Amino acid sequence: MKKITKQTYLKWYEDMLLWRKFEDKLAAVYIQQKVRGFLHLYNGQEAVLAGALHAMELGKDRMITAYRNHVQPIGMGVDPRRVMAELYGKATGTSHGLGGSMHIFSKEKRFHGGHGIVGGQIPLGAGMAFGDKYNNSDAVTLCYFGDGAARQGSLHESFNLAMLWNLPVVFICENNGYAMGTSVARTANHEDIWKLGLGYEMPSEPCDGMDPVAVAKAMDKAISRARKGGGPTFLEMKTYRYRGHSMSDAQKYRTKDEVEEYKKIDPITQVLDVIKSKKYATQKQIDEIDARVKALVKECEQFAEDSPFPEKELMYDAVYEQKDYPFIPHKL
Amino acid sequence: MRTIQFREAIAEAMSEEMRKDERIYLMGEEVAEYNGAYKASKGMLDEFGEKRVIDTPIAELGFAGVAVGSTMTGCRPIVEYMTFNFCLVGIDQIINNAAKIRQMSGGQFPCPIVFRGPTASAGQLAATHSQAFENWFANTPGLKVIVPSNPYDAKGLLKAAIRDDDPVIFMESEQMYGDKGEVPEEEYVLPIGVAEIKREGKDVTIVSFGKIIKEAYKAADELTEEGISCEIIDLRTVRPLDQKTILDSVKKTNRLVILEEAWPFGNISTEITYQVQSQAFDYLDAPVEKINTADTPAPYSPTLLAEWLPNKDDVIKAVKKVLYK
Repeated sequence: MKKITKQTYLKWYEDMLLWRKFEDKLAAVYIQQKVRGFLHLYNGQEAVLAGALHAMELGKDRMITAYRNHVQPIGMGVDPRRVMAELYGKATGTSHGLGGSMHIFSKEKRFHGGHGIVGGQIPLGAGMAFGDKYNNSDAVTLCYFGDGAARQGSLHESFNLAMLWNLPVVFICENNGYAMGTSVARTANHEDIWKLGLGYEMPSEPCDGMDPVAVAKAMDKAISRARKGGGPTFLEMKTYRYRGHSMSDAQKYRTKDEVEEYKKIDPITQVLDVIKSKKYATQKQIDEIDARVKALVKECEQFAEDSPFPEKELMYDAVYEQKDYPFIPHKL
Repeated sequence: MRTIQFREAIAEAMSEEMRKDERIYLMGEEVAEYNGAYKASKGMLDEFGEKRVIDTPIAELGFAGVAVGSTMTGCRPIVEYMTFNFCLVGIDQIINNAAKIRQMSGGQFPCPIVFRGPTASAGQLAATHSQAFENWFANTPGLKVIVPSNPYDAKGLLKAAIRDDDPVIFMESEQMYGDKGEVPEEEYVLPIGVAEIKREGKDVTIVSFGKIIKEAYKAADELTEEGISCEIIDLRTVRPLDQKTILDSVKKTNRLVILEEAWPFGNISTEITYQVQSQAFDYLDAPVEKINTADTPAPYSPTLLAEWLPNKDDVIKAVKKVLYK
């Protein structure tokens, strides 16, 4: 694994802070009704992404996830202004305003969405790994899903096929405790989701998803295994989301105390504590990072606000590769 | 010209395209070692090897999703369903992923994939194995839907489907795989979205597609003896629908009968009926007639199944009705 250095910690701090503040900004503009639809925020789960990015080979490896997907592409190098613009439904968005919150994509950065049907992306992730193997590439696919999706049949078919065909894929369950308002305990007779891999003889283990170091180590092992032809791994990241499932969630299924307990092990705080205790940065330098993040988020908002809405033709042009597809005429 | 079976036309189309393009693979239940549940991939494992002709476990959701996912890395898969009835356990992967990923990604991820296999009834297979979902798929923007009725069309259209950069649903029939027809040795490709007038006539237009069109041919033969001339249009593609060929014919004959093996509520015939009344209202000399299956799940018993299915007598009655005879 690449060494975890002072630079790593500083990058983690700045990245995770950006993701947190980016999501907070979205919550704010959602309340102003500038962003509509469903909005699922990543707050609390940042270490799962930060650790994975440390272990990935960016530019080669692929990622796919569900609908809590705004910050992963940013982590992989997508311009955050374009992600914000997508949520505003603007022409400058990553999907030119066609996808919205749940459907962020970047072919260039190998971020494959952004999928709104719970568990529907799991076989797609296996398929991306299938394609890379078919094409003799040593790229690895990181296939994410939540604890809710772990109860879908798609998980089992994908696990079986991935093991049968020895695909270069890492399956990662981000167990944030709740499938919308249903706790993990209420969805199965046991709570150790990672054990679902064992029936397929897939290397499987739980991991502290609040700690980027633990995540990076587990991910590095899994990615190396896949890249060397060792096949899939299943990791259960035990994490937590501070905000509701989506913005419309009153969160009556949990207590405020529970949320506060998790905030004590907040991934950003954990990283900042290390930076401070090891004197990786002065308070002035930390303040500079905070200011940079604040300015960038502001810039994202401004870019999205200033961007134009898409042209009507886009609605048709995006559907088929065929340029002259004869759509049924619409509206008199 | 040489004569080959429908299943051979399918295998030829896939094999010819796979020889030219390494990105294409065939995946499905029993496609490799068994040579296809209906032998539509006979010899392909031997020629292309197990990397490109891939047996799957019975996991229609899983392997359809894997195939769709692989298009994002440049693959061009052909997915065989043993029948389209079985795709229902994984239809999410067709409707929500294959049909939409290009649009949702703002055009970044096209999905060049073919889902193929038999549709509709095939003898006394009863309710779950006799369904025709052409209209389900044709209702979905992002997909194209092809339903050939003979070996020549099947080969030319399957080659077009494999070359197409959009997801294509290609629907065959267990009862057509043994059908023989003339198919040239030379390579040819047929255009998607173009219907064909199989028989020219002047008194009435009959529109149909897939294996049930044979009932229209039989009816037309009998009606010829009564001096009634039927023009038979084979849609071949139901999405996009070749409205021009239908409208031109209706404007000539002024009468329309549609024969489709599908449940009657909101099917392809319904759409054609709407389009014709909307665009050729003044040309019609009689209300449009449509002939479909009964509005029930398919029954098993032979007498009931015969009652459930449309047949040539139904076509003859409908033709006479629109001719007021």
